[in-house]
Amino acid sequence: MRVPLKWLLEYVPGDWTAEFIAERLTLAGIEVGAIERIGQTWNDVCVGYVTDVQPHPNADRLRLVTVDCGTSSSTVVCGAPNVATGQRVAFARVGALLIDGHSGKPASLKPAKIRGVLSEGMVCSEKELGLSEDHTSTIELPQDAPIGLPLADYMGEVVLELELTPNRPDCLSIIGVAREVAALLGGALRLPEVSLEGQGESVKDMVTVSIEDGDDCHRYCATVVKGIKLGPSPSWMQERLKASGMRPISNVVDITNYVMLEYGQPLHAFDYDTLSGRKIVVRRAREGEVFRTLDDVERRLGPGVLVIADGERPVGIAGIMGGSNTEVSESTSTILLEAANFDRAVIRRGCATLGLRTEASLRFDKGLHPDFAYTAVQRATMLLAEICGGVPAREVYDAYPACAEDRVVTLPAGEVKRLSGMDIPGDEVNRVLESLGFVQTRGDDFETCFLVPYWRGDVVGPADLVEDVIRVMGYDHIPVGTPRFTTATVMVPADLWEFKSRLRQLMAGAGFQELLTYSLSSRENLVLLSPDASLAHEPLTIANPMSREMECLRTSLRASVLDVVARNRRREHGPVRVFELSRVYFPRGKDLPVEAETLCAVLSGYSEEVSWHHGERPMDFYDAKGALEYLLAKCGVSAGFIPGDDVGLFPGRRADVIVDGEKLAVVGQIHPAVARSFEVDAHTLLFEIDVAKLMACMSGIVEYAPLSRFPYSERDLAIVVDNDVPYARVAEIIGGFDLVSRASLFDVYRGEQIPPGKKSFAIRLVFQASDRTLTDAEINKVQQKLLSKLESSVGATLRS
Amino acid sequence: MADELDVLESAALAELRELQTLSQLEAWRVRYLGKKSTLTSALRALSALPPEQRRTAGAHSNAVKASLQSEYEARKQELSLSTIGESIGGACLDVTLPGRALPIGRLHPITQVIQEICSVFARMGFQVIDGPEVEWDYYNFEALNIPQDHPARDMFATLWLDSSEDRNARLLRTHTSPMQIRIMEEHRPPLRFVVPGRTYRYEATDATHDWMFHQVEGLAVDSDITLRDLKETLFEFCRSIFGRDTGVRFRCDYFPFVEPGGEIAIECFQCRGGGCRLCGSTGWLEILGTGMVHPDVLARCGIDPSVYSGFAFGMGVERITILRYGVDDIRHFYSGDFRFLRQF
Repeated sequence: MRVPLKWLLEYVPGDWTAEFIAERLTLAGIEVGAIERIGQTWNDVCVGYVTDVQPHPNADRLRLVTVDCGTSSSTVVCGAPNVATGQRVAFARVGALLIDGHSGKPASLKPAKIRGVLSEGMVCSEKELGLSEDHTSTIELPQDAPIGLPLADYMGEVVLELELTPNRPDCLSIIGVAREVAALLGGALRLPEVSLEGQGESVKDMVTVSIEDGDDCHRYCATVVKGIKLGPSPSWMQERLKASGMRPISNVVDITNYVMLEYGQPLHAFDYDTLSGRKIVVRRAREGEVFRTLDDVERRLGPGVLVIADGERPVGIAGIMGGSNTEVSESTSTILLEAANFDRAVIRRGCATLGLRTEASLRFDKGLHPDFAYTAVQRATMLLAEICGGVPAREVYDAYPACAEDRVVTLPAGEVKRLSGMDIPGDEVNRVLESLGFVQTRGDDFETCFLVPYWRGDVVGPADLVEDVIRVMGYDHIPVGTPRFTTATVMVPADLWEFKSRLRQLMAGAGFQELLTYSLSSRENLVLLSPDASLAHEPLTIANPMSREMECLRTSLRASVLDVVARNRRREHGPVRVFELSRVYFPRGKDLPVEAETLCAVLSGYSEEVSWHHGERPMDFYDAKGALEYLLAKCGVSAGFIPGDDVGLFPGRRADVIVDGEKLAVVGQIHPAVARSFEVDAHTLLFEIDVAKLMACMSGIVEYAPLSRFPYSERDLAIVVDNDVPYARVAEIIGGFDLVSRASLFDVYRGEQIPPGKKSFAIRLVFQASDRTLTDAEINKVQQKLLSKLESSVGATLRS
Repeated sequence: MADELDVLESAALAELRELQTLSQLEAWRVRYLGKKSTLTSALRALSALPPEQRRTAGAHSNAVKASLQSEYEARKQELSLSTIGESIGGACLDVTLPGRALPIGRLHPITQVIQEICSVFARMGFQVIDGPEVEWDYYNFEALNIPQDHPARDMFATLWLDSSEDRNARLLRTHTSPMQIRIMEEHRPPLRFVVPGRTYRYEATDATHDWMFHQVEGLAVDSDITLRDLKETLFEFCRSIFGRDTGVRFRCDYFPFVEPGGEIAIECFQCRGGGCRLCGSTGWLEILGTGMVHPDVLARCGIDPSVYSGFAFGMGVERITILRYGVDDIRHFYSGDFRFLRQF
């Protein structure tokens, strides 16, 4: 909403600056997003009087125009066809800052020789002054414009640009804003006198209005004005419309727009003679009904759209736009003026159906009070009589099926303090509310009742009154001390949130960069995660996706993490260790999906940055497994790794991670086909953890074991087993010997020195007892027992 | 004889102080304490002396020997400390060579800022919990005083999973506010919670808008909570995050689920209130929306609005992060560009 300051101050006179008004309005909830100053740059531009126009000696389409600026007179070369002797024009002297007609950029006006004639100055069009894009003709000022007056003083304007919230449609009008200013700054409201003395026939003899459903249309006010002389509206009205962002069209249309801006009530003028049957019917459109709106677009309507019809056909889309069939034109002499009140939901749905929003619908869809219609129709009729010479019918046709009831809100004593924490005397509360138009209807020690002014549809309860009191006094006046801490609060168990924070910290500590990626994915990307293009889970889809790339709620983090790895790979070649901890979404029919917190880590490339310390080593399965083991160990979870079956991973290089028989995570090398699809290195590894399951596996409290006071002994052991014996079996057997306190595998060997089909494990054993020093003989005995156990269980032999 | 030894001692000690290397020291030791030294010969010669003389001369010689021995040890200690560098000669390390690198992991800037925001509120007694990202129309809109056809729906362009006409439609939450309802349905006051999480809007992407972003929601409900408590809590938050001397502004604003409603802005740190492009010439940067929980919302959750009151707030994490670090394009956050992420 654009509010020209001069217009505003006509209704609430005062000498406040624009900045001051803007600040107070903004603090009070009516946000002023910007202050525009029209004419701020118009130095050296004044009102000029054209005393003479002569042909240019060397050019047919140019003329020499002599302009009197009060103190001086200049002759300039002018190309505009409309300049004529006796006009008052906007004249720019040399040095004026104007918008260049071609480049659109501001430039200082210089003297120029045009076809041999020196021109020092310019007769300006709207474009050069930054008023519009029009530079086909120069501006013609009214005949009463004082010659020589700086143009900024004559037609400069300051405009407040309001960014309104949907609860305050009343401020989509100059008068609404004036009411706010009056209450906030203590000014007096001076609103236009509205009264109507019709002279012609009774309106009831000229038209009948029927409303099919009072829920769709709450009120329909109409008058008929005869003897209209169509023409341009007066320049003061045009200036105000332009400053408000509307294009002047004709006096009749401009008056309807002017009154809409003034009161916030949209109006529409029909050419009365084109209406069939002297009838107005407010009804739903029929299925498939076709209608051409004023913007010359043919629209197919349906029962979701409310229309204004005459005896035969629709003549307007209610609250949104009129029709070409009844448009006011040069030949119009009688008009039917409509100011109606439509249901906001009906207008919203109509706009959505038609994909059309207008200045009118913008006001209706927030909900207007029916009282606006009656006032606005009278105001517009007065202006039509005054400006267009029209003769209004007697009375206003007022179809008002169910009169809106007055709303009274009760404010309990102490409520302002209870909600705001501020002690404001009752008198002050009453004074503030009265300044906003509330009327106290009753009051005692316990409560006060206020009649809500009709334009404040947003006020329904005591909290609304409290807001009004505090915002007028200023939120900035609420004192700020040390916050009060109430320690009392219901305690919920620290759920996943804390665990997730911890996992993220651990991953970052282990050298992984955290990523966050979009929750939505293309279907293709999810399909590409399995080499056979199958989907493990059918994803949920968005009903109104912005694009196919953001169509599905992802069922895996892999695709987006691999995308990030591939994108970065094109830019640089360092080692990649990344992870994301976010949700994946598994559908549950029509219910809300399961949102599973998942950690997906990807490792790719060489293990370290190229460096002077060592050669480069591509990362492999055991890099990923090591990181995962680190994470599990830090969470106090001991898990088993078994050959896995995840289809997105490389067969034979993938594992499932099992705790208590349940799969908690997977780890492995990316399947070569998947690596190709996502354009990542073949040596790309990942692990993926079900975070909730991991949290459930965590043992609560560490089991403490007393420390041994006795010395330890180390023995290295090399055994030979069949190739298919997993190390876990060996480790398990060693783990069964209490006196072996630690076992570290330090070599795995296959090759010439041992038989084919075999491998050797070299293990360093640490022997220690908690209650005595172990003797060599004792250690030898344990080691012998261990060897025979390994031999009987996994066929191990001591490597010779 | 005794005098001779005294002269020897003082000469030896003087010489000792001048020695600079361990090899010179060794030569000194041989000369004064070695088998062929004057002192050793003197001690050896003792046996030839008569018993009384032997006793006094012996005591004297031994004292000199002990003195030289201990000065020698001390000097040796000094020299070996000061010559440890020389002992490896040209094999000194180039300490400017890079060390063996440990991989450096980092948290995403949004995660860092969320954790920081939550920890400020945790200090003020708020608990942190999560909520669902896929929501019912009821929690995202209806229960927050935004029924079907309400003009405030325009404030939330929505990504739907079902037809938006359907009252039981599912959607991607457009804000974290639905958690206000879920918390109040489940728990009775006193309540103090913050809820961080992802939120979504149907919105074209550009340098300052993205369709996915994070919010942190807050809710405090008790029998005596006022607008003043709201202001004090949130001013404290802004000053904790943006600096103690940051100017903070509290103004009236509208959200359907609060009344009175407000907005908190901080003084633009680029222009300090003078007006610039960052703040759109207003001098202020909007940080969060807030207000007293609307009585209808309390009542809908079974909390008596005539007894209890509360405040709620919501803030955009990306916006705070962008303002704080001067990030020029919101799209960097989810692009995963390492050059961007490595900076935080």
